[in-house]
Amino acid sequence: MAEVLVYVDHVDGAVRKPTLELLTVARRLGEPVAVYLGAGVEGAAEVLGAHGAGRVLAADAPEFAEYLVVPKVDALEAAVKAVGPVAVLVPSSAEGKEVAARLALRLGSGVITDAVDVEAGAEGPVATQSVFAAAFTTRSVVSRGVAVITVKPNAAPVEPVQAAGAVEELAVVFGELATGTRVVSRTARTSSGRPELTEAAIVVSGGRGVNGAENFSVIEALADSLGAAVGASRAAVDAGWYPHSNQVGQTGKSVSPQLYVANGISGAIQHRAGMQTSKTIVAVNKDAEAPIFDLVDYGVVGDLFNVVPQLTEEVKARKG
Amino acid sequence: MSLRIVVAVKYVPDATGDRHFAEDLTTDRDAVDGLLSELDEYAVEQALQIAEAADDAEVTAVTIGPEDARGAVLKALQMGAAKGVHVEDDALHGTDVIGTSLVLAKAVEHIGFDLVVTGMASTDGTAGVVPALLAERLGVPQVTLLSEVSVAGGKVTGRRDGDVASEELEAALPAVVSVTDQSGEARYPSFKGIMGAKKKPLETLDLSDLGVDPAGVGLGGSWTAVRDATARPPRTAGTIVKDEGEGGRQLAEFLAAQKFI
Repeated sequence: MAEVLVYVDHVDGAVRKPTLELLTVARRLGEPVAVYLGAGVEGAAEVLGAHGAGRVLAADAPEFAEYLVVPKVDALEAAVKAVGPVAVLVPSSAEGKEVAARLALRLGSGVITDAVDVEAGAEGPVATQSVFAAAFTTRSVVSRGVAVITVKPNAAPVEPVQAAGAVEELAVVFGELATGTRVVSRTARTSSGRPELTEAAIVVSGGRGVNGAENFSVIEALADSLGAAVGASRAAVDAGWYPHSNQVGQTGKSVSPQLYVANGISGAIQHRAGMQTSKTIVAVNKDAEAPIFDLVDYGVVGDLFNVVPQLTEEVKARKG
Repeated sequence: MSLRIVVAVKYVPDATGDRHFAEDLTTDRDAVDGLLSELDEYAVEQALQIAEAADDAEVTAVTIGPEDARGAVLKALQMGAAKGVHVEDDALHGTDVIGTSLVLAKAVEHIGFDLVVTGMASTDGTAGVVPALLAERLGVPQVTLLSEVSVAGGKVTGRRDGDVASEELEAALPAVVSVTDQSGEARYPSFKGIMGAKKKPLETLDLSDLGVDPAGVGLGGSWTAVRDATARPPRTAGTIVKDEGEGGRQLAEFLAAQKFI
C-alpha cells in the first residue's frame, strides 16, 4: 500500500496533538510513516505507533535545534527519497508551513497550506481550505509532484489504532543552507497550564468589552471551568490587556475549536477571520447590534460582568 | 558600501469588502477595492528603520500584480522607499505561491540586494510561505516571523516568537527577513512623502525582462489547482436572548444541551 509521510511536531519528545490528528488523516490516503527529528524518539515512537504509524523514521543531530527550518527540510527531503510517499503531511504551524513549502519547491511539487480537511481523490489527495475569512471553502489538488499539504489543528479526530511504530534510522546529509540561520538562544514560553490556543477543543475569548487587563480574570475563570484556552481580540491585545500570543484573528492565530465563546467582542472581520470555522459559537455582548451575533448559535445580549461569572458558577456546579 | 534593501509588498483586496472568486477560481480583483496588504506596512516600516540606522542604505519596494498593484509600491514610496519596481504581465494571472516566489526571486536579483524584507503573510492568501520560498530560491538564510529585527556589521539578528518558545536568531547578509505585526507600528505617509513619491523612479518590468518563462507561472503553470469554491452557507439564525438576570444560566443550559458541560 502507498505510504504517506507525516512530519512529527513535538516538544522534547512529547508529540503534539495536531500530529496525532495528521495520522488519522494520513490513514485515509495510505499507510502513515512518521518522520521524527531530534532527541527522544523512544517514547514518541510508542505514541506514534499507537496512533497508526507503522514506521518511524528518526534522525537526531544538533543542527535541528541550533539552526532554523532548513535542517528539517533536508531531513524530510531525505525521508521522501527513502520512502517514495504519495503525500507528505505537515502540521500547519508557522514553522511547519515553512518546512513544507521549501520541501515542495525542492521536490518540484505543489504545496497546499492550512487544509481543514484532506480526503483521497481520483487525482490524489483533495485538500479543503477555508478562505476569505471563512466566507468560502475551496477544494484543491496538487497537480505536480508529490502532494505536500499542511493541515490545521482540529481537522480530524485523534484515533488510537495500533501499528508497529518501528523505529528506523534516517540518514540525513545537511546542505550548505542548513546552517544559514543560527538559533542563538531559545526561551520556552511560560505555560499558563491551559490548553494551547490553536489546539484547544474550547476557546473562551475576551475583547474590548472586558475593559482592562485585570478584568481578564473573569474570562480566565470561565475558561478554567470549561478546560478551555483563553483568546483575545486584537482590540484587547493592542490595549495591552492580554499577550499577543493569545490573539485570535487575521493577524493573530486562527482557531477552529468545537466551541468558541466570544465575550465583549463585536466581531470585526479581522476577528471573524480567525474563528469563523469554529463548530459552535456563542457570544455575550452588551450591544445587540454587534456583528458577532450574526455568527452565533447562542447569544446573550447583556453585561459580560453579570453573565460570565454566573455561567462560570453554573458550569462548576454542573461539573460537580 | 551601501546596504541594498528590497521590500516586497502586495496589493490585496480589502478584507472588509465582499471578496469573491472569479469564474476561473482565481481571486476576483474587480469586485473589491485593493490596498497595500496591512501586514506589508510593517515590512516597509522595518525596511525604512533598518535603512535609517545604516550609514548608507537604499530601500526599493517591489510588487507583482496587475496594473492596480502599482498602488502598493506607490504607498511604500510615500512612506519613504527610494525606488519602486512593478512586475506586470498578463501571464501572471492565477500564479500560486511557488510561481510567485520564482518571479519575486528574479525581480530581487534584478534589483540587487543585501536584505529582502517582507510581511509575515499576505492578508488575502494568508499562506505565509513566500518568504521561506524566496530564501530557498535565492540560496540565502531565512530569518522569518520576527517581532524585533536589527542589522549591523553584515549580520541580521531578530526575535522569533513561536508557539512554544521565543528564539533569538542570527544570520549573515544577504538574507530574507519577514516581520510580524508586533515589529512596530507603521508610519503614515506625510504630505511631503505623498508629494515626493510622484517624483521617485518606478520601473515596470515584464516576465521577459526577468527571463521568466511564462509557462512556469500563471494559472497554467501552477503546481496546485483549485477544483471548486463554495460560498459558506449562511449560518442558521442562532438563539439570542436578553439577559434579565438569568443569561449566564440560560447559556449554561445551552452548553449542557450541546454536551459541552
